[in-house]
Amino acid sequence: MGRAVTDTQGLRRTPLHALHVELGARMTGFAGYDMPLNYGPGVMKEHVHTRTQAGLFDVSHMGQIEIRARSGRTQEAALALERLVPMDILGLKEGRQRYAFFTNESGGIEDDLMVTNRGDHLFLVVNAACKEADADRLIEGLTECDVTVRTDRALLALQGPRAAEVLGDAVADLKFMDVAEVEIAGHPCLVSRSGYTGEDGFEISVADIGADALAKTLLAHEAVEPIGLGARDSLRLEAGLCLYGSDIDSETSPVEAALEWAIQKSRRSGGARAGGFPGAARILKELDEGASRRRVGLSASGRAPIRAGTPLFASDDSDEAIGTVTSGAFGPTVEAPVAMGYVPADMAEPGTVLSAELRGKRVAAEVAKLPFTPANFKR
Amino acid sequence: MLRFTEDHEWLSLDGDVATVGITAHATEQLGDLVFVELPEVGKELAKGDAAAVVESVKAASDVYAPLDGEVTEVNEAIVETPEKVNEDPQGAGWFFKLKLKDTAAFEALMDEAAYQAHID
Repeated sequence: MGRAVTDTQGLRRTPLHALHVELGARMTGFAGYDMPLNYGPGVMKEHVHTRTQAGLFDVSHMGQIEIRARSGRTQEAALALERLVPMDILGLKEGRQRYAFFTNESGGIEDDLMVTNRGDHLFLVVNAACKEADADRLIEGLTECDVTVRTDRALLALQGPRAAEVLGDAVADLKFMDVAEVEIAGHPCLVSRSGYTGEDGFEISVADIGADALAKTLLAHEAVEPIGLGARDSLRLEAGLCLYGSDIDSETSPVEAALEWAIQKSRRSGGARAGGFPGAARILKELDEGASRRRVGLSASGRAPIRAGTPLFASDDSDEAIGTVTSGAFGPTVEAPVAMGYVPADMAEPGTVLSAELRGKRVAAEVAKLPFTPANFKR
Repeated sequence: MLRFTEDHEWLSLDGDVATVGITAHATEQLGDLVFVELPEVGKELAKGDAAAVVESVKAASDVYAPLDGEVTEVNEAIVETPEKVNEDPQGAGWFFKLKLKDTAAFEALMDEAAYQAHID
């Protein structure tokens, strides 16, 4: 893939790989890439630094894809993409970004992504593990469009309350989910005011050959520290955000996953362009009637985290599992275990006390409102 | 004189009571600890029994009894603040004290040089 090379274990490298090693990162395989799990300070400190200062993440493993209608009309590309996602893409204004997901015929989720209207084309950021499948899906499904996978770009995320100060005037006019071409430290960048930590922040697409220099410039700011995948996971979990492959997958529907907020009115029953995406029959029905199970936040009592795969029960004396934890960790900001999982709809009300099995013992797990930490977006 | 196990525990001996903890190498591998569960005082442990549980930001791991013995004291301070283990694993971050059945078995464990060779 472009400039990325593979190591002896067949893992791909991002354009920032050498920098991670230079910074002393503990590296780990993730979605086929050799990525930083954490740096010297460790996951807890990196997490707290991001929530209080600014954290720099390498997310270059994610896929960056451009879609252009051959007619040259971006409206046509938008309508074409609407055949694969239950979002209002036609109504997405130039310079704006929106959360989306690809669905399948049974109403499950094939991947989640960000879609930007770039004026003369659409720009997508998709998950690393799904990017080849997503490109195939787009090439096959959007026959009236040219689909370009950008393998010559790196993607950095600068997240945290001081991120805007670090980037300065270049991004001062951007609001949450705005996207613009700006120059940062002499590098032409495509910057969105978004991210996956629940904090204010930016995602910065830059030419791969400029990524190392840009990252070093940003790291030179006293507010900025490099942050690994470990803290990225605990940050997104506290923010109540789904990890594809854990909290959502091809078996979970958008309504089960409590993601109906991402489906605009125009694509719902009675809307101007209702349905017309894979799995519409099930998803539209669940939007009206609800789903039998729901993704919820879970707060376990004590300090021990309940992790993915932990079975859930209606009560301590019940032996019949009613659900499963899909993500769980210790939340460094809330200073308590945080988790998400699926439970029957009638047990999904915040405050419902369930029971989780942890190493053969039961602990109370209370259904909690998401996010665990309040979002800090600049709307 | 410290002794070590292949499971990355350290022991120091005072009379017939061994103080047990996890090594600095183990804490580096585990990352930040967020939870520690210790055995009950008075519990009889056989070598290799799961004696304690540690949860790091990454995963849960068992801490095994390094030798046969009875738990005489546990370090409640690390239950309150598990980060003490990361800060001082071979000092204030000790886990429990074990009254050994056989102090000769202590001497048979790895010394520091042997443990260092084991992890290198």
